[in-house]
Parts: sequence; structure tokens; C-alpha cells
Amino acid sequence: MTAIGSEIYSLNVNGRELPVRDSWIGESLLFVLRERLGLPGAKGACEQGECGSCTVIIDDKAVCSCLVLAASAQGAAIRTVEGLGPDGRLSDVQQSFLDAGGVQCGFCTPGFIVAVHHLLDGNPDPSDLEIKEALSGNICRCTGYGRILDAVKQVAVSRRSGSRGDSKEGAR
Amino acid sequence: MSLVGAKVLRKEDPRLLSGTGTYVDDLSPAQCAFASFVTSAEAHATIDAIDVRAALAIPGVLAVYTAADFTDYPDLPGGLPTLERPALARNTVRFVGEPVAVVVAEDRYIAADAVAAVTVSYSPLKVMTTIEDATAGDSVPLFPRHGSNVITIVPTMDDLEKELAKCHGRASLHIVNQRCAAVPIEPMAVLADWKPDGLTVWATFQAPHHLRNYLATWLDIPQMNCRVVAPDVGGGFGSKIVWYPELFIAPVISKLLRRPVKFAQTRTEAMMQMAHGRDQVHDIEVGYEKDGTIKALRLIVSQNLGAYGDPTGLGLAVLTTWMAAGAYRIPKVSTSFRTVVTNTTPVAAYRGAGRPEAAYSIERIVDQVARQTGLDPAVVRQRNFIPPSAFPYETHNEAVVYDSADFPAALAECLRIVDYDAVRAEQKARRNDPSKPLLGIGLSCWLEIAGFGPNGSLEGFGHLASWESAQVRIQPDGSAIVYSGSSPHGQGHETMLSQIASDELGISFDRIKVITGDTAAVLQGIGTMGSRGAPTAGSAVKVASSRVLTRAKRIAAHLLEAAEEDLEVVDDAFNVKGSPGKKVSWGDVAWASFQPLRIPPELQAGSLEERLFQESPNFSYPSGAYACVVEIDRETGDVTIRDMVLVDDCGTVINPLLAEGQVHGGVAQGIAQALYEGVSYDSSTGQPVTANLLDYLVPSAADLPDYKVGRTTTLCPNNPLGAKGIGESGSVGAPPAVINAIVDALSEFGVDHIDMPATPEKIWKAMKSGGNS
Ligand code: FES
Ligand code: FES
Repeated sequence: MTAIGSEIYSLNVNGRELPVRDSWIGESLLFVLRERLGLPGAKGACEQGECGSCTVIIDDKAVCSCLVLAASAQGAAIRTVEGLGPDGRLSDVQQSFLDAGGVQCGFCTPGFIVAVHHLLDGNPDPSDLEIKEALSGNICRCTGYGRILDAVKQVAVSRRSGSRGDSKEGAR
Repeated sequence: MSLVGAKVLRKEDPRLLSGTGTYVDDLSPAQCAFASFVTSAEAHATIDAIDVRAALAIPGVLAVYTAADFTDYPDLPGGLPTLERPALARNTVRFVGEPVAVVVAEDRYIAADAVAAVTVSYSPLKVMTTIEDATAGDSVPLFPRHGSNVITIVPTMDDLEKELAKCHGRASLHIVNQRCAAVPIEPMAVLADWKPDGLTVWATFQAPHHLRNYLATWLDIPQMNCRVVAPDVGGGFGSKIVWYPELFIAPVISKLLRRPVKFAQTRTEAMMQMAHGRDQVHDIEVGYEKDGTIKALRLIVSQNLGAYGDPTGLGLAVLTTWMAAGAYRIPKVSTSFRTVVTNTTPVAAYRGAGRPEAAYSIERIVDQVARQTGLDPAVVRQRNFIPPSAFPYETHNEAVVYDSADFPAALAECLRIVDYDAVRAEQKARRNDPSKPLLGIGLSCWLEIAGFGPNGSLEGFGHLASWESAQVRIQPDGSAIVYSGSSPHGQGHETMLSQIASDELGISFDRIKVITGDTAAVLQGIGTMGSRGAPTAGSAVKVASSRVLTRAKRIAAHLLEAAEEDLEVVDDAFNVKGSPGKKVSWGDVAWASFQPLRIPPELQAGSLEERLFQESPNFSYPSGAYACVVEIDRETGDVTIRDMVLVDDCGTVINPLLAEGQVHGGVAQGIAQALYEGVSYDSSTGQPVTANLLDYLVPSAADLPDYKVGRTTTLCPNNPLGAKGIGESGSVGAPPAVINAIVDALSEFGVDHIDMPATPEKIWKAMKSGGNS
């Protein structure tokens, strides 16, 4: 049974404390972000934890926001695709996807971008297998993944060579 | 420098990468209600009663509607007479997931609770999910008025028995091309807002004008008051040009409730309600001579339509029989088909739509000829190819005249890249080494029909026409807006069409904006399907742009007091050749073009605008040669693709980044069909067993190989760009390459064929039983 409640709690998203209004206590983080907090970047494509389109980072863990109760994420640091690029610019990962041709319909893209930021922040020099494993929870139906993998390798190389763009600040 | 042919980065990406793209479910106007379907839990049943009282009692539920509330509206468009599909099931349900009632509530959670509170009582009828069951002696008709479950039969005039009997040898295969789900990553979503001055519908759809045309008729409102918008669309692959009930029901609900209303499918709903693809059964037989040349081909196709006759679903087998002979010169070809309804989700176009099925069967049987003659599969192909000199090539069907190709060159390039002789040698060496996995090499020299199409072709699928529109409009500052009737869903039209317009107009890429997908902005349109974007929409933009440039030059010449012939356009300016400095900017010309006092007397103000409907005299025929090298674990039957070589010929390449992206994506779907995917049903109950992404195996990055890409080019002579289209190539070419490789690897076990998806279990069984499983 649902109820339209007005429980008010707040979530820390992309470094800002945002009040959540008009949510009910069972609402997923995906829909709270999308429909209560005006952050529609994370996409819902299965709501069953099978596609990764809804990926966000909670306290340095990449999670499917469709499987997380929003209310349970109080007090955690949540990062979404909207908070990765500094000042409205693209992050290095986003730019690398653009350069490599890693985007087609774009619906899976925010989930991939978040997952790749998460991967590279924890593992700056991933092997091909590690990249594939890290992204195996993200489904892309358009690209066949080749260009996405190229993009990840590119950005890893440029980060290691020190020519990383502006992402670190943006990503944190 | 020409942008056509250059690797230009995509314009649409910044918004998509940053999460600021707009898909239908991202829109939430104030007061938006949420609608959700009560769907049939039975595959075949009569509806005895629907009890909505408990649902209506839930706070926040606004309404519940059933078929009884839609008696003023016609059935969904496009069905055959006697095969009508109402927007909500009326009396009978014919597949699990068919909408029976619709609940409207304040939000999606209340709607979900209300759906669960609706009780429908059914009297079950006999369930038939396969062609076999639906045509068996004890079958019952899904549509009693139609009588039989066989909907169309197109018999052959001549079964070629005589020709086949005359040949040195005959090869035949029974081939199942399994049912697949398109699985665009964005499920169906529609938002309707009925206002006193007109209706606006946002839908994730491949052809918004097509929807506008049919929706207005269905609602009995003038098209001028019916605006359809396809915003960013999260993939389609054919599944978003189908008349789903919610597209028609949402506007009616919005009208009744006087508020915007949204439907957004869950994945499980999408797996059951979005049209599936393929699901054909083939009996293919060829007669060949000792040297491997094929003299006669007979193809008998049965198409499982699912529960209703979708207009494109009914046409799939036509395309399959058209393309039956593939890249080969076969003197006698005989085809026939029948279409059959069953208690399953309706079948319609899925990336390739009828051509992957054709390519798969001809490429499998050519390998079988090689097997039976002991010749190399590459040699059999070379001996049967239509030679480059034979184009345009008239096929067994008068509607099908191949435009251009060089099959020998494509195969040669493919063999070179895969290093064919070396892999064959390695395979030979491994035969006697059980410590190594089995090795197999598969070829696929495919060709398909695309660029839909000549006048009359898309009309046959219910479209208004087969042209595509372009409108090129110069703004007073010399920037340009290009409107295209081809509404994309990931193809990169904004980039592709900007490149073409930029080359023609001499206006820089960044000063061109492409607008698609809104019937209120784009004059008319057909849509994006059948690999028609570049050949039709691209050509339309090219021709319209060049006409605008002609008039712009006249104005520039007038302003410069120079001769038009002496002008060239470089860097957004018109220069007088040989007179450095004597020039006028595109912006000045554009500004002047709106000022009657500054333009030549024969032109009118605002003449730097052109609208055009680009017709095509013929289809286009993309082709290619693919090779796949697989390794198979002798213990488990697990397949690893070691190499995948893709040589494509799509005529003119507008942007290699986009073209290769299309190939990669299509090949991924082709490999997925060959190895992983398949929609299945419990045959006794008709319950789908692959209704989510856990059970239906869409591959992830970890499941797919890297690709080696090559290219040959024969221009399409039938459009000004020379482009053939590339959207479907990969999904046509990949499955036979993969399966041929697997069958090749299994040859030492006496395996002649293995049906898709070639799961480890199937392969393991084939190894154990020598193919006689
Ligand atoms: S929407 Fe969360 S994993 Fe698919
Ligand atoms: S770009 Fe369409 S699903 Fe990935």
C-alpha cells in the first residue's frame, strides 16, 4: 500500500544537502533523484538491478539506485552524473566517451559514465578484463561496447600520463 | 575540406553525456497522472468479468477503464480485416501481457497497487505458441472469424523439383530463426496532454509523423491539432514503429481527466508488450554441381506473427523471400511463405527485419554445399558470386534489382584481414590435439535491402509515402537550421545531417542546427527505419542545401557586383576567385536575403529556404563479408569468439565514427542472436519465461569480442549521396558468420547444423550425439 506522505528528510547529493519532500518512505533512490530532486540523469531501464542505467555512487560504492531505498541513503555522500563535470563542463570521462564515439542513443550513457568514474577513481590502471568486469553490470544495446571500452582505456592513459583534465575536483 | 567522409564528433553527445538529454519519462508536467495496464495473465482465454471496484476504492486512483469505455474508438490501426486488435482486449485475450484494462492514478506507485487490485476472471482456451501447434489438427483459431491460424499464404509457382533433381547433388537444411526481443534500453513511454486548443503527445518513437497521421485519424481530430514529439529516444531497432495501445489510449485519458497522463513501461512489461522479431522457420534446399556452383534454390518460410498481424510483421517474410539468393547468381529460385498467428507477443520489425533471416539461411546452405562437396567455403562463395560486372542485377523477384556490389573484393579483403590460410592451417593442426579447444572459421558474404525506399514500398507497410523530407532554412545571421523528417533514436542525425549541409552550403558545422522529431516543427516526415537515414534523409538535405546555395550565390554576386560563376564559398564567406579580399560573408548574404531592396529583382525576400521531398528510384543494397573465428571448449561447449572481421560496403560513408558505431551495435545484436538471446514460452501455458533481463540474455561488455573492421566501397547509383545505409548491416551479417564458425568447429563430430542461440548446452549435446540430438 502506498501513501502520499510528506516525510521530510535530506540527502547529500553532489555535495549539496537537498530536502526530500512528498516522497513516501519506500521510494527508491532512483525515483527520488529523478522525480523529487530534479536530477533525471540516472535512468530507469529495468528497476531490477539488471541494466546499470541507474548507477550512482554512494560513499565510494557504485550502486544501482533503483535497488536502494532513498531514505536509507541519508547521511551518505551521493554522486550522480550531474555532479561529475565541473561547472557544467564535461568530465574527462565524458569527454573521452565523446571523442571515442561511445554514445549512441544515450540512455545507458549516464550509468556508464558514473561506473567508469568509479572504476578509475579506485583503479587508475585497469586491465581490459578489469574494465569489462567493472562494466558488466551496465547494458548498452546500441554500441556493442567497443567504443565504450576504447573511451575507458583512453581516459585511463591520459590520467596516468598526468594530462588529466578537470575531473578530480569535479568527481569529488 | 569536405566533412562528408570525415570523423566528426557527435553534436548530440554533450547533453546525453551529462544527463541533460530529454527522454519521455524525464518529462513531468504539473498535474501529470500516471497510467498503467492491467494485463492478461492468460495466453488465450475469454474474459468473463473484470472487477475494478477494489481498485477504484484506493485513495489516489483517478479512473479505471476497460474495453467497454472505448467502444467509440476504432480498433488499433493496421490490422487485417478479421484480425482486428482493440486497444484494450475485448472478450478475448491472445497473449500474456496483452492490456485488458488501464488504471490511472496520482502516481506510479498507486497505479501499481491499483493494477494489482483489479480482478479479471477468464475461461481458458487452447494455447498455441508455435507454428506447429497453431496449425496442428487440434488447433483452434485465434480469430474465429478468420477461421484458420494461417493468415497469408504466398505459394510458389514452381517448386523446382525437376531442376533440383537434375543437379549433381542436393543440400537441405531445416532452420529455425528464433524469436528475439529488440530490447531498446528505454522501454516504451508516452505522455499525452490534451488541451482545448490541441493535443500534444510525447512518445519514444521512430516515426512521429507516422504516429501523428494515424493518431489523429483514430481520435477523429484534425492533424493540425495533433502534435507528436519524439524527444531523445533510447533506442528502437524497429520496436518503436508499432501501434501500441498506450499511444492511442493516453490521449483519450488525458481528454477525459483533463490533465496530462503518462505511461512508462517496466522492463517486464516491455519484454511482453513490445513487438518481438524474427521467429521464422525455413526449409531451404539447393541443387549444386560438382564444382560447387548452385543451380537451383528453394526456400519455404513460415512466419510466426504472434497474436496479431502487425503490418510490418506481415511483411517480414516478403523481405526474406526477396533476399533469398543473397550474393549469388542462382539461375532458378523458388520461394514461398505462410504467416501464422499464435498466442505470443506480436512480431514486427527488429533490426534487419526479414533480411537477417534470409542471409542466415543462404549463408548456412552455402556452407553445407561446401561441406558436401569437400570444397572450401570461400571457394564455393567465389564460384557463385554475382560478378561486379553484372550490376544492376535483376533477381528472381522483379521488385528486387541489386544496385551495386563487389562481392569478390569484399571477401578477399575479409580473408586478408582474418589471415584465412593461416587460421585454416592452425585448425588442421589442432584437429589431432585434444589438449586445445576446437577451432572453427565462419564466413558470411551477406547483402541486404535497405534505403527504404522507392515509391510504393513503405506505403505497403502503412506509411504515408517512401520519400524523406528536408527543410533547410538560413537565419538572418547566416546560421542554418535543417529540419529532417527522419527522427533518430541514436543514429546521430544531428551530426550526420550537419556534415552534409555544411559541405553543400559552405556554412561551418557549428553554425548548423538539426531539428527532428516534432511534427509542429518539421514539415512532414516518414521516419527512421530500414537503414534509410543516410540514403533518403541525407540525400534530401544535400539536394535542398545545394538549391539554397544556388540562390545565395545569386545574392552574393549581386552584392559583390560579380558573376556567380566566379564565386566560391569558403569559411562562411563568398569570395571572388582570384580577387583576394573581394568577398561577402554568409551572414551578410543572409541578412540581405530578407531585404527586398538588396536582392536581385528575380528573387523574393526569404528565398534562402528550401523544402524538399526526396524520392528514391530503387532500394539500396548494403553488403559485406564477415569472418568469425571461434574456439570451443571440448569439455563444456563454451564458445569464445577469438576474431570477428567485418568488411562492410555501405557506399558513401558520411562519418566513419557513426558508420562503424552502427556496425558494432548491429554485430553485437547479431552475435547475441547467434549465442545468447531467444524469447521462449512455456508451450503448454504460453507464459513467457524470458520476461526480464535476467532470463533474456542481452550481452554485456564482458560477453563480446573486439572487432576488426575493413571496408570496400561501391557507390549507390540511386541517390545523390551514393549512400546505401548501414543501420542493419551488422545484425544481418553476423549470425551466419558465428554459426558457420561453430558448425565448422564441430565438423569432426558430424554436426551439419546447430540452431541459434548456440548455447554451451546445445553444443555439448551436439558433440556427444554427432548432431543427431
Ligand atoms: S534501472 Fe536500476 S539496474 Fe536497471
Ligand atoms: S547508447 Fe543506446 S543503450 Fe547505450
